[in-house]
Amino acid sequence: MSGETAITVSATVNGRRQTFTCEARETLADALRRRCQVRGVHLGCEHGVCGACTIRFDGVTARSCLMFAPQADGAEIVTVEGLADGDELHPLQEAFSRHHALQCGFCTPGFLMVAQELLAEGGPLTEEVVREAISGNICRCTGYHNIVEAILAVADARSGEAEK
Amino acid sequence: MKAAAFRYHRATSLDDALAVMADDDEEVRALAGGQSLVPLMAMRLSRPEVLVDLNGVDALAGVALDGGHLRIGAMTRQRDVERSPLVAEHLPLLRTAIGHIGHVTIRHRGTIGGSVAHADPAAELPAAVVALGAEMVLASTGGTRVVPAEEFFDSYLVTAVEPGELLVEVRFPLGAVPARHGMAEFTRRAGDFAVAGAIVLADVAADLTVRRARVVPMAVDPAPRRSARAEELLVGRALDDGVIREVAAAVAAGCGPVDDIHGSAAYRRDLVAEMTRRALARLRQGAGE
Ligand SMILES: Cc1cc2nc3c(=O)[nH]c(=O)nc-3n(C[C@H](O)[C@H](O)[C@H](O)COP(=O)(O)OP(=O)(O)OC[C@H]3O[C@@H](n4cnc5c(N)ncnc54)[C@H](O)[C@@H]3O)c2cc1C
Ligand code: FES
Ligand code: FES
Repeated sequence: MSGETAITVSATVNGRRQTFTCEARETLADALRRRCQVRGVHLGCEHGVCGACTIRFDGVTARSCLMFAPQADGAEIVTVEGLADGDELHPLQEAFSRHHALQCGFCTPGFLMVAQELLAEGGPLTEEVVREAISGNICRCTGYHNIVEAILAVADARSGEAEK
Repeated sequence: MKAAAFRYHRATSLDDALAVMADDDEEVRALAGGQSLVPLMAMRLSRPEVLVDLNGVDALAGVALDGGHLRIGAMTRQRDVERSPLVAEHLPLLRTAIGHIGHVTIRHRGTIGGSVAHADPAAELPAAVVALGAEMVLASTGGTRVVPAEEFFDSYLVTAVEPGELLVEVRFPLGAVPARHGMAEFTRRAGDFAVAGAIVLADVAADLTVRRARVVPMAVDPAPRRSARAEELLVGRALDDGVIREVAAAVAAGCGPVDDIHGSAAYRRDLVAEMTRRALARLRQGAGE
């Protein structure tokens, strides 16, 4: 059996360089929570099916429970903590709050990361497109309706601005 | 849910990866997108002693047109294959098939080689590479060899890849198989693995006469394989509703589904007939999917 050697990992997390040591078998999700103190990374299922642990990894969304921490060496990571601009919430966070798109909030970080990527792609958003985009994320509380409304509201506000 | 301990090796080149894969004292596994392997390790269904991370081996990723082939590196992300203009032009079936895999976030990391090497009989890519007559390029420290897709898949999660070998490329011969495709699959929830599905390729004349056909049912056999009987029934006949029904029945009769938590064997047999019917109807409309 190969021993549990500590591995040093250095990554940019929400714009800040973080260096930590971990075991090879530690998931990136666990390392982010324990070693980097970003506890907005939630762990629901720990095997890739719920989406709560979704982060942005080198520019695209990824499930941090499906990566081992050493894979993050040199990577650029954004978590839900990186969405707000100081005290100013991201428009999606505002909209989730306004539209009651969360109850317990456990799933919310994952939904926000996926929705943020969808909006950044800039394509036209219909209810169907939004539902497809969030279909990999599980919410046990809201019934999804208000999550879809919140995302569409941000998309509508954006296209309204573009027309001005 | 935590993986057992292992030694992590981030490969810097194909040669570096192959050198570590060649170690036959320890159980060594390749780590591609991790979208199947990491859950298996978390559940301790897989406990490799050494993990060779291929994510840094740039030479294994990319789509290229090369003479009569479209070559796709094993580490090419499913999302990049789905969005490749070369794939859209030459292999539209691949794009349709990948659209059924999980969700965008899964496809960002999941690779074509990982899905093919994993060989889940319910997965889209193994069935698609059989339908498309692809060739698997395998490498080891001893050299490379090429295995046709139809000889690559043995049974549930078992392939022709030998210990010490890596799948480095999936090579698609162009023009060797019919151009039009139709695909249909049934899932309980969006993005799940298919309970049953079907992929069909055919050349169809203006009067709907089928010239060539390839039919691959999904999730109803231990490994993806063509339905020879269904193909015989199609060739030389006009693709009308009666023929479609006959072919669907032949696929159902010729497959060997099993009972599992997602459905009984009998249910899967009914479902694969209906999916074959839909796939052929889509092909006839020229809709693909
Ligand atoms: C929520 C969720 C939903 C999903 N839904 C679907 C779905 O609907 N359809 C579907 O088909 N898949 C689905 N998947 C699985 C996904 O497609 C995986 O990406 C794929 O099965 C494995 O590819 P990977 O690159 O992630 O490989 P990994 O998980 O890294 O590896 C899988 C296996 O292949 C081996 N391997 C990988 N690359 C090579 C190589 N180059 N040479 C030799 N061996 C290699 C590994 O050692 C391992 O045994 C889903 C996954 C998740 C988490
Ligand atoms: S905790 Fe990662 S997908 Fe559920
Ligand atoms: S708000 Fe509770 S799980 Fe989504």
